[in-house]
Amino acid sequence: MIEFDAVRKEYPGGTVAVAGFSLRVPSHSVVALVGSSGSGKTTLLRMVNRMVEPTSGAVRIDDVDVRSLDPVGLRRSIGYVLQAGGLLPHRTVADNVATVPVLAGRSRREARADALGLLERVGLDPALADRYPAQLSGGQQQRVGVARALAADPDILLMDEPFGAVDPIVREQLQAELRALQAELGKTILFVTHDVDEAFALADEVVVLRAGAEIAQRGTPTEILAAPADDFVAAFVGAGTARRTLRIRELDGRRVVVDGDDRPTGVLEADAREGAP
Amino acid sequence: MTWLSQNLHIVWGLLADHLLLSVPPILLSLVISVPLGRLAAGSRRWRTPLLTGTGLLYAIPSLPLFIIIPAITGFALRSPATIITALTLYGCALLVRGAADAFASVPEDVRLAAEATGHSRWASFWRVELPLAGPVLLSSLRVVVVSTVSLVTVGAVIGTASLGTLFTDGFQRGIEASILTGIVLTVVVAVVLDALCVLAGRAAMPWRRTVSA
Ligand SMILES: Nc1ncnc2c1ncn2[C@@H]1O[C@H](COP(=O)(O)OP(=O)(O)OP(=O)(O)O)[C@@H](O)[C@H]1O
Ligand SMILES: [Mg+2]
Repeated sequence: MIEFDAVRKEYPGGTVAVAGFSLRVPSHSVVALVGSSGSGKTTLLRMVNRMVEPTSGAVRIDDVDVRSLDPVGLRRSIGYVLQAGGLLPHRTVADNVATVPVLAGRSRREARADALGLLERVGLDPALADRYPAQLSGGQQQRVGVARALAADPDILLMDEPFGAVDPIVREQLQAELRALQAELGKTILFVTHDVDEAFALADEVVVLRAGAEIAQRGTPTEILAAPADDFVAAFVGAGTARRTLRIRELDGRRVVVDGDDRPTGVLEADAREGAP
Repeated sequence: MTWLSQNLHIVWGLLADHLLLSVPPILLSLVISVPLGRLAAGSRRWRTPLLTGTGLLYAIPSLPLFIIIPAITGFALRSPATIITALTLYGCALLVRGAADAFASVPEDVRLAAEATGHSRWASFWRVELPLAGPVLLSSLRVVVVSTVSLVTVGAVIGTASLGTLFTDGFQRGIEASILTGIVLTVVVAVVLDALCVLAGRAAMPWRRTVSA
């Protein structure tokens, strides 16, 4: 469990990135922070692994204040996926994935061997192991970033717009893969994105942020879509737009769901409740 | 050619002297400049004094420097130590700025990635910053190699033996072959040491071949 307790961050120069933020991220759940650029998402994420120290307030992991932990050890115990992969350009794929175990003292040979298994796990051909990051596509780099974050088998994953730099198709694919991986691994994931669809696709709980990391609304994707708290959230999730206002059209006894522009998005299946006598 | 074959042992000896005077200042200025350059790149407070201070060293003409150094350090005027000290100062004059530029060229997001993956400052320096500073550092180092090899010859004027002795001697005694040999060999030494730097850089930075080739 990650707990933000009234944290505030004022950068030198006076920018208040986080005005006062409290949140509990339950173990084994995925919480997404969504907000526009500059709303303090990255700052919040970095408070967890002490890359940013809060001006006031505290961050606790399983009831332990992170300030009482050695920052380097703390960072090795938490997986961090950076925007655009954040890979080390001078290290091969296998060495990138092996980074944390090697820093923690594991032999390079063993860590590289483990890395091959992790590459497969994130959907990469282990034949890529000896390439350098510059020789990979954006989507492949993102996968390596995820594999690296998983290498030390951390309980917590911090993901900062991990799929921000890839095209929409690869992005959806990566999201699906992350969901499958999470179903298997059950990590505690704090995920940052400015794409509300990505947050809805991945998170158990979504936290919509205004400037200064002020919480505009939090809830399950369904709750937020069903009842946006105010105009800001409504605009942010696109409530009322053609894409979000679906209707049913009947055609030969099949019920087709169409959006506000009458574009079909899918077919409505009778669910178990409805089908029961 | 007859002059050369008759004086081959002298030429070999001067070549060895030349190498012994060139290589130590190159290595010393590298070892001194890397930490200073890192400090200059990482600290706003140190940047200006370090870069201005070391840059000014280059403004001191070499002959007076060869005389000031013995006065300050107590080394003998014609000792290798005097030449090595002077050339190390010149090397640093170029390399501190080069190293500062090299560390500044390391992308901020890579530095942050190193931090996020739990590199200590020490590990980040050795495993991430120094290798990535490598290409820019190497190009400054190559300038220092060539300039040091050529500056060593100036020592011949105060009587420290090197390939420069072949010009000073050749001039005094009117032996053209001696002058020519001195010039050619100095250039050869510079080119060979420069090539060694390039090869060492290739071996140490294998990722570069995949990116820029
Ligand atoms: N090191 C820093 N020094 C000063 N100000 C900073 C620093 N880092 C961030 N800020 C400022 O703090 C605010 C929040 O930044 P942060 O990076 O947390 O936003 P974000 O929500 O992650 O934005 P984005 O979606 O663009 O990544 C911004 O106004 C930013 O300019
Ligand atoms: Mg950010």
